[in-house]
Amino acid sequence: MNVTYSAALFRQNATHLPVSDPLLTVENLDVSFGPAHARRAVVKGVSFTVEEGRCIAIVGESGSGKSVTARTLVGLTGPRSHVQADRLTFQGMDIGRLGDKKWRALRGKRIGFVLQDALVSLDPLRPIGKEIGETLLAHRAIRTRAELTERVLDLLKLVGVPEPAVKARQLPHELSGGQRQRALIATAIALDPALLVADEPTTALDVTIQAQILNLLSETRERGKAMILISHNLAVVSQMADDVIVMRHGEIVERGSSEQIFGDPRHEYTKCLLKAIPSVRSRGKRLSSSSAPRFISAEGENIKGLTQSDIARPGRPLLEAERLVKRFRGPDGRLRTVVNDVSFSLGYGETLGIVGESGSGKTTVARMALALEIPDEGEVTFEGAPWTSATEKERCLRRSSISVIYQDPLSSFDPRWTIERIVDDALTKRDGGSSLDRASRQSEVSELLDLVGLSPAFRTRRPLELSGGQRQRVAIARALAPRPKIIVCDEPVSALDVSIQAQILDLLGDLKSHLGVSYLFISHDLGVVHHLSDRVLVMNHGDAVEAGGADDVFLQPRQPYTRRLVAAVPRFHFQAA
Amino acid sequence: MNATKTIGDRSLWLVRRLLSGLIVVWAAATFTFFMQFLMPGERAQIIFNANSGNIGEIPPDQLLAINAKYGFDQPVIAQYGNYIWDVMHGDLGQSYVQYQPVTELIAHQIGPTIALAFAAMLTAWIITITTTVLFAGRDNIWSKAIGGFQVFLATLPPYWLATILLVVFAIQLRLFPVVGGNTVMGLVLPTMALALEIYGFLGQAVLREFTRVLEQPFITSSRMRGTGDFSVRLRHGLRNAALPGITLSGWIIGKLLSGAVLIEAVFGRQGLGGVLVAATSSRDVPVVSGVILVSAALFVAASLIVDLTYQLIDPRIKAA
Repeated sequence: MNVTYSAALFRQNATHLPVSDPLLTVENLDVSFGPAHARRAVVKGVSFTVEEGRCIAIVGESGSGKSVTARTLVGLTGPRSHVQADRLTFQGMDIGRLGDKKWRALRGKRIGFVLQDALVSLDPLRPIGKEIGETLLAHRAIRTRAELTERVLDLLKLVGVPEPAVKARQLPHELSGGQRQRALIATAIALDPALLVADEPTTALDVTIQAQILNLLSETRERGKAMILISHNLAVVSQMADDVIVMRHGEIVERGSSEQIFGDPRHEYTKCLLKAIPSVRSRGKRLSSSSAPRFISAEGENIKGLTQSDIARPGRPLLEAERLVKRFRGPDGRLRTVVNDVSFSLGYGETLGIVGESGSGKTTVARMALALEIPDEGEVTFEGAPWTSATEKERCLRRSSISVIYQDPLSSFDPRWTIERIVDDALTKRDGGSSLDRASRQSEVSELLDLVGLSPAFRTRRPLELSGGQRQRVAIARALAPRPKIIVCDEPVSALDVSIQAQILDLLGDLKSHLGVSYLFISHDLGVVHHLSDRVLVMNHGDAVEAGGADDVFLQPRQPYTRRLVAAVPRFHFQAA
Repeated sequence: MNATKTIGDRSLWLVRRLLSGLIVVWAAATFTFFMQFLMPGERAQIIFNANSGNIGEIPPDQLLAINAKYGFDQPVIAQYGNYIWDVMHGDLGQSYVQYQPVTELIAHQIGPTIALAFAAMLTAWIITITTTVLFAGRDNIWSKAIGGFQVFLATLPPYWLATILLVVFAIQLRLFPVVGGNTVMGLVLPTMALALEIYGFLGQAVLREFTRVLEQPFITSSRMRGTGDFSVRLRHGLRNAALPGITLSGWIIGKLLSGAVLIEAVFGRQGLGGVLVAATSSRDVPVVSGVILVSAALFVAASLIVDLTYQLIDPRIKAA
């Protein structure tokens, strides 16, 4: 890492720093990557200060430079990075020009860092106790082995991990997601650093676990420590932060107190971000600034014609699941009931949301609706005919009537195929394989891409060259190609930034109202489900806990579990004007 | 899961592995037994030639005598039964040519081969670990050079490398004996010849994984705790990166046993390789079968050790 300074700054640094200086000062920070001839600026002219005991949040989408900014503070931006700042001081020390040894003395001891997703941020082969001990050992903070064990157990207790003595000897994969994240936080606060940087500390977690972790972080703050919180989740930020910095394309576009940013955002981008959050208030409204696509093509009319004849039969449901039970054999050889007596129905042109935490069995339900998994008990009927109890040969003829969109479209595409081939391949599956001729397929590919808002230029691209949102659009085009009556959406927006998520949710909403397609919409995000669904099914540990209209379930939950779930969703502390 | 259950699982797994190992050895014995009928020449003729020292048509009375002595006149299935029974009792038969029990012959020669294979494996791992920890994943010329060197070594024919080592270090520099026998100094060059080739494969696998592991968030996480670079590489990087290398080691052990044959020939070393070559050319069937059987047993034992090592390094793999 290279750090260059302007001449003016050497003078500034030479003067004695007054005691009242902030804990951390960042002035005009630039970070770029790559060799000199092809340097890519990732952070441009970022300045901010962190006072003792304050919590400052950096929000922005992926690629906004928020994580890189934070990593500059521990000198870990990577070997090909180039860091330049007018001023970079922490506790009065110039941290812009530290050697490796000085950096190490700072990391973990004076600045603690928590990365997102503890499953990959903790060494999979080392017990968590050793990982926590590593911080203590690296700074020679303990003298004896007994002291080390004692400190590690104290830390695990502090972060609220049950049975510390047992858990300390367990590997990350043996712990629950929440416990793992707690252990990771323990490694960062082991030496009680003056500043804790948390980079998306709750992103990979379920909403109830997220609430617990946020509580834990709040406790750290109550001990008077400063914190930098990096998140794309604005609701989380509004709960924790005193001040907020909004970043976009490496620059700060707006800054202010939490009250100001969330109550009275000035910058257009901040307003967009806030508007993009799906919630109860956004139902029936557009989340993104994009306008509804024009459905003018012959393709659109075709689908419309087809669907309207179906809508004319509103009496019976399109898909019916009757008392589904599914068991899987666990690693210990015992049978585990993953879905237990779950029934639901999906009408023509309706959206049924299935919401639940990880392990609740919602994906297994989706797979049974697709007849990719055959229920051990119960049955799914599709268009009034047996579906899961039919033979695969019979199902093949009707498979084109039910499509699927996954969370990560990239792994569901052949990376070597062009977008045209991906969509074209799905077209050949229409009506159980009765093939369209090549020319009409080509024109349909164009129409489908147009329908999902992709220009014809995308035909020749490959999945790896697309952004996450574009990939999800291709996945939707592929799902629409066989003219399905149902699209099963399994966490379709979970991997996307909030503004991209807004565009995809708007697209799904448009397609539903124009094509009359039904969605079985699975998500852990209550806001997303509430925004899009007509009816909702809440699942917990394989059981259907509660079902009903989306507003009924989320606004007046009757079951204690649903109430807990709804209560755990981070809420804005400041209502947008 | 409680501790006793884990131990129970482990011993059950061991028993299963040993049983499947036995099946492999039995299959090898069966294969080698029936293979002898595919080899050219009457067995009695081979024995007669070896006994008389000349190559002539075997007289009918001799044929009957030899067939009766060795049991060749019995039905094949009975011969097979006898053979398996003998093998189960540790008797691999008599050499046709050398008039001594096969087990004795192998016992004399197996030591140098195992020593060579073990030394080569150990050396290859030491070079792999050293170069990986020191150079892998760094943004410098050494890191790139090591990768190229490994590919070069992997593509070299081992006997050619052995010859070069012999000419340079033994004949010209006179650092090591040309024909080493079983001294430690004599082991150095053959070991290097084998180890460098293994390193070509092993080093690549570990280096590649190490580079990938270094980019994992848990490595960054560890650095963020103030852990020094060397500790990060040793504690987190190496252990995670060693896993594909250990898997590969199972395959390498099989390769070592065949590779040792060539190396032993080049360096004029004693060993199973020489025994196998001599026995094959003189059609000394019991010796060939015995060497194959012992190799199979060694391979089974080595795979077991590889799997146990893997479990030791990666506790996520439960005995199953």
